[in-house]
Amino acid sequence: MSAFNDIAKNGFWKQNPLLVQLLGLCPLLAISTSLVNAVSLGLATILVMLLANLAIASLRALIPYEIRIPVFVLIIAALVTVVDLSFNAFLHDLYLVLGIFIPLIVTNCIVLARVEAFAAKNGLAASTLDGVMMGAGFLWVIALIGGLREFIGQGTLFSGIEMIFPSLSGIQVLPADYPGFLIMMLPPGAFFTLGLLIAGRNWSEARANQRRLNQLKQAEHPGDKPAENIPPFAA
Amino acid sequence: MTTPPDTMENTPQASPMQRSALYIALRTAAILLAFTLVFTTLMASAYYLTAPRVAASAQAEKLRLIGVVLAPTFYDNDLFSDAIILPPTSALGTSEETRLYRARKNGQPAALVFEVVAPDGYSGKIRLLLAVSHSGPLLALRVTQHKETPGLGDYIDPKKDRNKGRPWITQFSDIGFDSVPPEQWRVKKDGGHFDQMAGATISARAVTNASGRALAWINVHREKLFALPANSLYKE
Repeated sequence: MSAFNDIAKNGFWKQNPLLVQLLGLCPLLAISTSLVNAVSLGLATILVMLLANLAIASLRALIPYEIRIPVFVLIIAALVTVVDLSFNAFLHDLYLVLGIFIPLIVTNCIVLARVEAFAAKNGLAASTLDGVMMGAGFLWVIALIGGLREFIGQGTLFSGIEMIFPSLSGIQVLPADYPGFLIMMLPPGAFFTLGLLIAGRNWSEARANQRRLNQLKQAEHPGDKPAENIPPFAA
Repeated sequence: MTTPPDTMENTPQASPMQRSALYIALRTAAILLAFTLVFTTLMASAYYLTAPRVAASAQAEKLRLIGVVLAPTFYDNDLFSDAIILPPTSALGTSEETRLYRARKNGQPAALVFEVVAPDGYSGKIRLLLAVSHSGPLLALRVTQHKETPGLGDYIDPKKDRNKGRPWITQFSDIGFDSVPPEQWRVKKDGGHFDQMAGATISARAVTNASGRALAWINVHREKLFALPANSLYKE
């Protein structure tokens, strides 16, 4: 069971696709302008990653190693096409919101990266979980960035939700005469926000490492004072 | 992952290296082809299964969109069978054939619904749907497709306009050249009649000018458009 725990932790935090692997920047730039768009794309990405990892893990014995990349690309593109068509036909309201984003999932390197790095070498259950967890790791970061950009850029949250749930409407968080902050709505805003989140993640990891180091020292030399004032990046 | 079966002994005339390179190439191509066939079949079947529903929802979507610019009470004919085809027209900004729907009530011409493209949006083309009444004025105007900056220029789309009570685009409802003459059909910043948002004039200007050009064109061609048999190609 701990192996499955590790897969979940890797996708969500340790090997987070956006914060650590820095994969999937193209959809991040294009879609993270609002919380609703970001969550919608994140959910569609989870679905595609689940299907892609499932397909590759079950077909991996048939795929020659030398031509695995063209076969992976073919399978991913076919799955995205099928998802795109099915959304259009059976979930048309959702498709009107997500429609333009679904083909963008093909450009998300995280799908190919997980297929290549994980599903091609692991079993069905583990690969499926890896696809879902990596997708979830992508989802929470893109949702956070989308929310921050929408909040700072437009002063709203959940704008556009009426396209998915007609009974709800977006919230004007800042006063209605808030002039907006244009650069947050443009692609550089996505880079700034992502950069700050990566810095924050690195900082918290460095602090955790420092604490672990101090505990080790403490265990070896119980008499010493813990080195509390060492700045996180000193090492 | 599987090694090719060893058939070298049976063919002594070919050198082992050449033989195996060709063999590997063909075998790999065959595997790739097999995958291509399987997954193309998957896509083709998905397309085949969804095509009728996709077409039906596209039709419904179009009718819903037409309903936004033209109230169903305005006409009693079947718009889809009373359409004509417009060639690419520079006054409408169109670069491919578009359909123009003719609304009639009790057999009398009521309104025209057609597509207009504003070529000069902030980031590319803005597609518009216009309804112009037979008596002259523009009935309503909606943006159907645009790539304007989110949160800035996208207020031309009433769904994104933060002024929900009176979205920007509704300025163009029930307004014609008799109340706003052609030389006034511009945004205020250009000395015209229509409002724009400060700091995002380009999107508003593109929509305003495109609708003015289209209205002027319709005023010239209106009767000829109504007179044409259904489904024929219009020639100026």
